Amino acid sequence: MKKIAILGAMTAAGLSAGVASAATLDDVKARGKLNCGVTTGLVGFAAPNANGEWEGFDVGVCRAVAAAVLGDPTAVEFVPTTGKTRFTALASGEIDLLARNTTWTFSRDVDLGFEFVGINYYDGQGFMVPKELGVSSAKELDGATVCIQTGTTTELNLADYFRKNNISYEPVPIETNAEAQPLYLEGACDVYTTDASGLAATRAAFENPGDHVVLPEIISKEPLGPLVRHGDNQWGDINRWVLNALIAAEELGVTSANVEELASAAGENPEVNRLLGTEGTLGEMLGLDADWAVRAIAAGGNYGELFEKNIGENTPIGLARGLNAQWTEGGLLYSPPFR
Amino acid sequence: MSDTHAQTVAFVRDTMLPEQPPPASEAGVIKWMRENLFKGWFNSLLTIVSLYFIYKIVSGAYPWFANGIWTTSSLAECREMLGGMTGACFSVLTERWNQLLFGFQYPSDAYWRPTLAFFGLILALVPVLYPKAARQLLIVTGLYPFVAYWLIWGGTLLIPLMVLAGLIAGYFAFKQFERQSFAMGLLAGAVATIVVIWAGGIIPASMPDVLALEAVQSRNLGGFMLNMILGTVCVSLSLPFGILLALGRQSSMPIIKWICVIFIEFIRGVPLITLLFVANVVLAYFFPPGSNIDLVLRVIIMITMFASAYIAEVIRGGLAALPRGQYEAADSLGLDYAQAMRLIILPQALKISIPGIVNVAVGLFKDTTLVSVISMFDLVGMIRGPILASTEWNGVYWELWGFAVFVFFIVCFSISKYSQWLERQLATDHR
Amino acid sequence: MSTITDPPAGSFRLSMLINDTRYRSYTFQFIALVLLIVAFAYLGLNLIANLQAAGLNISYQFLGEPAGYDINQTLIPYTSQSTHWQASLVGVLNTLLVALLGCLMATVIGVFVGVMRLSNNWLVRQLMSIYVEIFRNVPVLIWILIIMAIFIAVLPQPRDFRGEDAEASMVLGAFAFTGRGFYSPAPIFGPGSGVVVAVFLASIAGIFAFRNYAKKALYDRGQLIPTLWPSIAIFFIPVILAYFVMGRPITLDYPSLQGFNFQGGIFMRNSLIALWFALSIYTAAFIAENVRAGILAVSKGQTEAAASLGLRPRRIMNLVVLPQALRVIIPPLISQYLNLTKNSSLAIAVGYMDLTGTLGGITLNQTGRAIEAIFLLMLFYLAISLAISAIMNVYNNAVRLKER
Repeated sequence: MKKIAILGAMTAAGLSAGVASAATLDDVKARGKLNCGVTTGLVGFAAPNANGEWEGFDVGVCRAVAAAVLGDPTAVEFVPTTGKTRFTALASGEIDLLARNTTWTFSRDVDLGFEFVGINYYDGQGFMVPKELGVSSAKELDGATVCIQTGTTTELNLADYFRKNNISYEPVPIETNAEAQPLYLEGACDVYTTDASGLAATRAAFENPGDHVVLPEIISKEPLGPLVRHGDNQWGDINRWVLNALIAAEELGVTSANVEELASAAGENPEVNRLLGTEGTLGEMLGLDADWAVRAIAAGGNYGELFEKNIGENTPIGLARGLNAQWTEGGLLYSPPFR
Repeated sequence: MSDTHAQTVAFVRDTMLPEQPPPASEAGVIKWMRENLFKGWFNSLLTIVSLYFIYKIVSGAYPWFANGIWTTSSLAECREMLGGMTGACFSVLTERWNQLLFGFQYPSDAYWRPTLAFFGLILALVPVLYPKAARQLLIVTGLYPFVAYWLIWGGTLLIPLMVLAGLIAGYFAFKQFERQSFAMGLLAGAVATIVVIWAGGIIPASMPDVLALEAVQSRNLGGFMLNMILGTVCVSLSLPFGILLALGRQSSMPIIKWICVIFIEFIRGVPLITLLFVANVVLAYFFPPGSNIDLVLRVIIMITMFASAYIAEVIRGGLAALPRGQYEAADSLGLDYAQAMRLIILPQALKISIPGIVNVAVGLFKDTTLVSVISMFDLVGMIRGPILASTEWNGVYWELWGFAVFVFFIVCFSISKYSQWLERQLATDHR
Repeated sequence: MSTITDPPAGSFRLSMLINDTRYRSYTFQFIALVLLIVAFAYLGLNLIANLQAAGLNISYQFLGEPAGYDINQTLIPYTSQSTHWQASLVGVLNTLLVALLGCLMATVIGVFVGVMRLSNNWLVRQLMSIYVEIFRNVPVLIWILIIMAIFIAVLPQPRDFRGEDAEASMVLGAFAFTGRGFYSPAPIFGPGSGVVVAVFLASIAGIFAFRNYAKKALYDRGQLIPTLWPSIAIFFIPVILAYFVMGRPITLDYPSLQGFNFQGGIFMRNSLIALWFALSIYTAAFIAENVRAGILAVSKGQTEAAASLGLRPRRIMNLVVLPQALRVIIPPLISQYLNLTKNSSLAIAVGYMDLTGTLGGITLNQTGRAIEAIFLLMLFYLAISLAISAIMNVYNNAVRLKER
């Protein structure tokens, strides 16, 4: 009888804990820190600098969310995750938000029970080869040894692509980007394949980046975006609209430099006013205060600023905006309206 | 006649000759070499092959060491300085020593803390490792875990002090109730400990800045420090669990026995790496929803389980090796189970098991490198990840791996030498 | 529950449950059982709550779905369209392959080193103990990575073999030692090669039969028949005859550099070799100690007694010392095999596709079925361990000293 009572008590405890954990926003506020999952180190997207501070494009998303929710862009605990651990870390509540260049796929969204809150980088899988091999197309890679970073959609795309083109290859599975690098550089692999942005970032860290070329073929669609647990719609909304706010801010010309000024009083553009909380009650609807987007934009700048600062053409990584330009400039970035 | 004879035959000696040295081939170095190096053609061949082998290694490694460069800041610079000569770029060690030892995220102004904790560890181990050391030093050993926790993780000293107070309260409660029965004593001790820690928990919570060091997150631990922490913590924690499991497996109570047998055989049957995967990706599902137990703690839990099973098997061997008479003698004195175990059986069984336990400890310490596979940055993880992938040090293999081999060899070799020494010290039986 | 709370007739008091040794063990066992059930229930409920919160379930259906990824070393037919289950089987076979190779090589090295540590030669003794101490006291993971580093950084890559003045060349035109692995000629079995293989197998059986016959002759009639040269003759002559009679049906396929890699021949990947060598030399250091201890455990009186019977040193070793030493050596040897098999799971550090790499690696990543995959993974290793333990128990029973 005692046993049953204990079990009952624990079931109740478990259920109430389950209910409690559903409100991620409250957890984050109570903790005073946002737990944000990032990669173990990919320069430009998320990597600790010499002082051990995390910086990069994905890190910028984390900081914007922290600024919007907690008012402090530094109130983020960065949790490095690998391809293997990232989903468990999110599902088990170890992290509140996963901003680790994760491809939005059907099965991850539906079967694994996550919610992608948007796309912060439109990517595709590419190939990098040493220039001296004289390869100009992925179709010439018959019989090549290919280093693949596992734990991503990469190996599936690769298998599909090579099967479709009837090319043979020798896969060498590697866990992290750091381990793949020496294998590729010393010639144990002919080709290194991962997302094109990752290739650019990896190449930027080489001693002689010019000796390596990224082949023109992009063999897959890799929409990368931050994701949260399924089921907590309020938390999902917050993250979705923080990301949208960063994108919309660029479109509307709100930057980290002028955001304070624009937010000090209602201006002429009603959408800017709604975004920055000088008009309407969008913040309240999210369960945040009116200045949420102001803080998010002030944290690291709008989408364009984050891009230019971390991975843009003036950085060692040197990525062009390409698909990641605003829709007004021929790209795919298109934030739903703030109204 | 005899006179003349004595005078004419002059060669009869009346004094002893001084002792001659043995022939050159039967003495000193030559004899030794004949017996130990060149006894028969086969042995001579072996010697020559060995000498050639040694020559190859030395002639290959010497210039590499001698030309070693210690002061550059990147591999390219080092290669340039060497100018094509064979030589090591030890400068990766001088430049990245802090990352190799402490990981890349431990605050650099706090390096003195783990260093102090390390020397404290040596001090705390002295009374445990040397049976002849002053017994009073055991107090240091008792206090050490709390101080070390404070030093490495930072935060206020009040937290470990509270836990210490709880344990002391528990000890007194145990003493109080031990008369009644051992089990009662344990129960009372546990209750007292929990009550004091729980009730006292508000003190550090209300004064988080008293004697506080800068707090360091577990995930910021790294480098060789992480190996040391995992090794020390897991071995110390697994000892009591191992003893309990061994006793349980020897127990006459079938349910307890089978629980222990299944646990031990299961853990011993799977590789540590799968247990680490469990810690990494599965264990979180088994904690209450919303709880957030960090990776280092989860890894400690799994490695401790792993080590307990192995230590239990070693101790079981010790228990089995005790003559039956010891058990019977304890019974005939009227000691109950707890008393017999504590006073008669375990002291002897543990003594027999020490070499085995040390072997397990060395093995476990080596196995702590496996955490690099689950993307923790211990010494091996640091080398494979941030250092070999950095732009400056891409391609420095031998210096880094040589360093890792050196460090692990020093630690493990001295532990196993210690265990051999202790075995001789503890050999009180007369053979 | 009722059996304990209902006091039996007679003078049973509740306090006897704690104080009376007759009942106390029941109390303890009951408490232990309850605690165990509570602990499992707690963990189970947490699991259910967590899975529910995440909208997940436990299902093994993923094993039947196409894996979608390629594996470089497959001992059974496998394509990226095969199922996850087949991928796991490929992994299992790869694990068993490296474990088998590792055990063989570790035994050879270990026995050699163990015997050499007892050599008369001082220098050899010292070298061997240095070997044992260095390899025993450094983690096997470091050895695996070091050997992999040799492949990556020291050995020439296939592209170094290219061109007129290539930096590297093949050994004897047949073997290529590259950073991606070793290539050697592979036999091609043409028509009629079955006969040759059959003859080969038959001659091996013949050697055993001949040795048995010689032994029997020695024991029954005291007749000493030389075995070495006849054995060699039986081994080679029929096979060579058959080979030529059948018109040389077996030819060699030499590896040659085509495109990015060598093609043809047998290819052993760098990951396999790194894992195999590292596990072998590491485990061999332990085996050497076991062998040495086993030989030392045979008392000197045995050797002296054998010598006084007039046996020659080799025969003393073979007939007197080794049979007794094996009794001591085999049990720890088998547990070393077990360790080696478990350590082979470190394959994941060098990208060797064993079970940890397929089921516990890519399959887990692709399907996200962490609990299921790791459960199966543990089950497999547990099965292997229990099988090896069973073998060990059978052996121990077989060689146990028959006490009288």
